[in-house]
Amino acid sequence: MADASPQDGGYNYAYLDEQTKRMIRRAILKAVAVPGYQVPFGGREMPLPYGWGTGGIQVTAAIIGRDDTLKVIDQGADDTTNAVSIRRFFAKVAGVATTTRTEEATVIQTRHRVPETPLRDGQILVFQVPIPEPLRMLEPRETETRTLHALAEYGVMQVSLYESIARHGRISKAYNYPVLVNGRYIMSPSPIPKFDNPKLDRSPALQLYGAGREKRIYAVPPYTPVKSLDFEDHPFEIEQWSECCALCGSSDSFLDEMIVDDSGQRLFVCSDTDYCERRQAAAEAAE
Amino acid sequence: MSPLLSARGITRYFGDRIACRDVDFDLWPGEVLGVVGESGSGKTTLLNCLAGRLAPDAGAVTYDSMAYGPVEVHALSEARRRLLSRTEWGFVSQDPREGLRMGVSAGANIGERLMAVGARHYGDIRHTALDWLERVEIARDRLDDRPSAYSGGMRQRLQIARNLVSSPRLVFMDEPTGGLDVSVQARILDLLRGLVNTLHLSAVLVTHDLGVARLLTHRLMVMQGGAVVEHGLTDQVLDDPRHAYTQMLVASILPV
Repeated sequence: MADASPQDGGYNYAYLDEQTKRMIRRAILKAVAVPGYQVPFGGREMPLPYGWGTGGIQVTAAIIGRDDTLKVIDQGADDTTNAVSIRRFFAKVAGVATTTRTEEATVIQTRHRVPETPLRDGQILVFQVPIPEPLRMLEPRETETRTLHALAEYGVMQVSLYESIARHGRISKAYNYPVLVNGRYIMSPSPIPKFDNPKLDRSPALQLYGAGREKRIYAVPPYTPVKSLDFEDHPFEIEQWSECCALCGSSDSFLDEMIVDDSGQRLFVCSDTDYCERRQAAAEAAE
Repeated sequence: MSPLLSARGITRYFGDRIACRDVDFDLWPGEVLGVVGESGSGKTTLLNCLAGRLAPDAGAVTYDSMAYGPVEVHALSEARRRLLSRTEWGFVSQDPREGLRMGVSAGANIGERLMAVGARHYGDIRHTALDWLERVEIARDRLDDRPSAYSGGMRQRLQIARNLVSSPRLVFMDEPTGGLDVSVQARILDLLRGLVNTLHLSAVLVTHDLGVARLLTHRLMVMQGGAVVEHGLTDQVLDDPRHAYTQMLVASILPV
């Protein structure tokens, strides 16, 4: 593995040096062993700014091999700047094949979405995480949040949900919706819409979460229960739309609302571009 | 009957300075113990040592727990101590901002302890919170207001409700009426006296106000320079003070 990539002799395979990758792999192993627990790691400077996916990119660099196929999505789309640059980065420094098709990929790095196409055994989903600590907005002290995790003292999280119902009549949190992993640790699922939370539960794919600025890695191993927090009389619910996708007609995917002209015309389209294009192609083929 | 809380030789230094020294006492079930003394006499340090918030440099605190039997507070694991302090104990601070979550509504403040021990039914939690709001004489329609919209006296009453909702057996109070005006003080004292009687609470009450001590406490400890200088029934200590310092304290109450 230590040889330089063919395209660019200046860098080690997958950009990071071998010792760093070993360190990150150790953190990943620990994270997988303790689902939902945030493992600190020595985050490195990456050639992109914090907030653009430095955590996810380090995790991907540590796990990617020559025969992997990489897919990168940003808000569900394969063609946004962030997704394109990260995909090109790994094509260059690791020489891996890239794809936009969810079922062809072995490693999927994502920001803000879980693909609509169901994942399968052997796939790895790498999340970019801005704020790994789910209790951060409720308890500013890092020493205290670690204690709360250690003692599984999660009353304060429930207090925030109570407060949301008291103020808005329902749990208004729509993204980064807190989950309980394997009945033990409360985890931030990164800013995915709560629509995607059910996909995390007992997923056949391995989920890895990397936070570059805060230097934390956590994981959900395949088939691990992931429960979205709620109240008995206010159960967890996902978003629903009255429309269906204007392009592919899907009624069960996550829709983005777009304003298409100056008179306020609105359009709802799938946020997962791969899913949407494949459905359109299938519809055309059927005609 | 065994004492609910007993302290033996509690000593705490801050660097070279002695904050409290060799404090011994027993607190019996249903009893309210007052700790009086001037500022800096070690009252609050003693209270923090008793409540497990501060480790004493010497001495031991034994609490007769409902769940585990007699336990030494500072030898318990942190997990158990924290569990104890949010189920069997309460702690009312002088500054309600320390004891309350100022960013969430009164209902959430009262419900926090319930949710911490596993309550997951919104309607039930809210119902209990309303009930407690009434018991501490706050209007029902203030349930969804944040404590920052409350007056000082209401915040203090909310803090009391938040602590008592889990039906603790022992409540630590640090100057619960400090910083409030006299009429509000009187209402809170009335309320506390009523609650202590109806709920059969035991309490350790730290105050510098001898009037508060007279009204609420059964027994009194007088502290000076970190040591207990006099200890006895409240009426006895206040009517017939023996130690020169206590005599000075009693004599310095302003006549109205």
